[in-house]
Amino acid sequence: MNVIAFGAIAIFTLVFALAAATNPRLMHAALSFAAMFVGIAAFFFLLGAEFVGLVQIFVYVGAVAVLIVFTILLTRRNADKDRGFNWGGILVAVLVFFGLVWAILRTKFVYTSLPIAKALSVKQIGQALMTHYVWPLQCVAVLLTVALIGALVLVMEDKPE
Amino acid sequence: MANSVDQIFIHAKQWLLSFLNGRLPDPLVQIVSSVLNIALLLGVFLTLFALMSVLERKVLGRMQNRYGPNRVGPFGLLQPVADGIKMLIKEDIVPARADKVVHFFAPILVAAAAILALGVIPYGRNMTPFVIDGGILFFFAVGSTTELAVFMAGWGSNNKFSMLGAMRAIAQMISYELPLIITVLPVVMVVGSLNPDKIVLAQRYYHFGFVPHWFVLTPWGATAFILFFVSGLVESNRTPFDVPEGESEIVAGHMTEYSGFKYATFFLAEYLGMFAVSGLAITLFLGGWHAPLPWLAFLPSYFWFFAKLSVLLFVFIWVRGTLPRIRVDQMMNFAWKFMLPMAFTCLVSAAVWYYDGRRLAAWLWSFAIIAVVYLTLSLFLDTRKKFRPRTYRFAE
Amino acid sequence: MTLTLQFFLVVSAALFCIGLLAALSRRHAIFILIGIEMMLAAANLNFIAFWRFGPQSPYPIGVMVVIFSIAIAAAEAAVGLAMVIAVYRHFRTTNVDQLDRLKG
Repeated sequence: MNVIAFGAIAIFTLVFALAAATNPRLMHAALSFAAMFVGIAAFFFLLGAEFVGLVQIFVYVGAVAVLIVFTILLTRRNADKDRGFNWGGILVAVLVFFGLVWAILRTKFVYTSLPIAKALSVKQIGQALMTHYVWPLQCVAVLLTVALIGALVLVMEDKPE
Repeated sequence: MANSVDQIFIHAKQWLLSFLNGRLPDPLVQIVSSVLNIALLLGVFLTLFALMSVLERKVLGRMQNRYGPNRVGPFGLLQPVADGIKMLIKEDIVPARADKVVHFFAPILVAAAAILALGVIPYGRNMTPFVIDGGILFFFAVGSTTELAVFMAGWGSNNKFSMLGAMRAIAQMISYELPLIITVLPVVMVVGSLNPDKIVLAQRYYHFGFVPHWFVLTPWGATAFILFFVSGLVESNRTPFDVPEGESEIVAGHMTEYSGFKYATFFLAEYLGMFAVSGLAITLFLGGWHAPLPWLAFLPSYFWFFAKLSVLLFVFIWVRGTLPRIRVDQMMNFAWKFMLPMAFTCLVSAAVWYYDGRRLAAWLWSFAIIAVVYLTLSLFLDTRKKFRPRTYRFAE
Repeated sequence: MTLTLQFFLVVSAALFCIGLLAALSRRHAIFILIGIEMMLAAANLNFIAFWRFGPQSPYPIGVMVVIFSIAIAAAEAAVGLAMVIAVYRHFRTTNVDQLDRLKG
């Protein structure tokens, strides 16, 4: 049963990822990108990290995908199509894929079987964030503020006086 | 006896599942259980949607000193049937140069997001359709996919009005998502969990024998409830915030090119969004399915939930019948300059209330913090024209 | 057939390579950013797979790294898209093949 779920989610994710990478029509590629992230969030649910899956949907589908479609709209200029793919890119990607798969299948992993699932509650994540990982949390907060202000400054138009 | 009426649906479902348990393999029994939950949820809320569509028109009509629809059926209550038949037999017009796939999936996604959000709200004792540990986060995650679906609707129609309406709708939704989420944070902080069941259970006490421990009866809770309710109004595109679908300005915004059943699907999604936001407000602030007074607890829990839901929906309709539409820039100013600082103030006030041991001093301090910030903001954000002394100019 | 770690790693490698394909073969600047986001997502999937199949430590390290990675990727996407808009305003094109002059 688990394998069927894994297979279905894997096919869904990879199909939409391929569509996002190779579809010449810009909007369809951007929307396939959003659908791919739903697939990856489904993977996270399957692996038992539900909080991360929900954060993924929230951040990527709710915010980053909307940013990307808005940017596509704002930078349109009679060119709604892009080149789909070229053979050099495909060659490099296929070579890297085979290299990675060869490395994965030859490695002897110490742990490969699914251990007994211990549910990770949000409370544990919150406690870990506030005690053990509080410095990275503050750094990420500063980073997000800087990114927000920086993005606004980059896009702001000079008002004609 | 009261307990068995309260748990009647749970017992019925368990009886049905025990009947199937020996005869079907285990994963299939789980699927049947989930399908039963979903079917009951959809049945209840689609009926409520149909009922609400006619009751809204009648209540609005009464507020405007006229009868609402009263021809079809007794008191016009069979009007949704007539509306449904009309919508189904209308011709489905798709613009020739519209993007067929995107145009088709947009209303489906909007409705799907609203229905998914309904799945984590506790409707009664042990009656949450899907118990997820991060239920509140799930609610907001699927709520945020509505924006992408609205954009798909606006862009897929290949129409400048639709695109403009979609952009305005998305700007409105994104701006008000922040106050919506930050006003939920005080409740989560006080309860210590994102699980809606635990949040409802934390409100089960009664002080002095008759005052319930609902969060709306605290200073930060009342403010947070009002802010959450207003943000919910905006998220479902209701008047006074219905700029995206304002008929006099932008035809129908992102729903312009949709006809017949797809338009009905957008309509359905708006109403289901209203139900979902009201349901969450009841769970977080109004005590969920608990009765307001301890001796009224003999009535079943789902009765209290739907009674509170009816009151909140009446307030939605009341606000629609009373207030005019707000301009887009006024709405943005309101969100970023007023609601966001007030939401953070609620968080600070809730922290003071909770960690100061909940004595009388803590109540007064939390109320004082909110009052000071509110008065300061009202002073600084006042944009009305001030009267100046008149200067007269006479003809020579 | 039970799920082992290699299944998830192979899917994550495939996702990474598709992201690499997008970053290498697209001409629109935004889609290069999409390829980078895909590669980051593949790495996140790797982290969660190793966290799940590995020793259960008291701190959920894999989940922590992925939470921070999602936040950082979102910040980087926002700044990258702002740069694309700024470049478009100046050069009136988003085709990276045509952005080949360093203006002194």
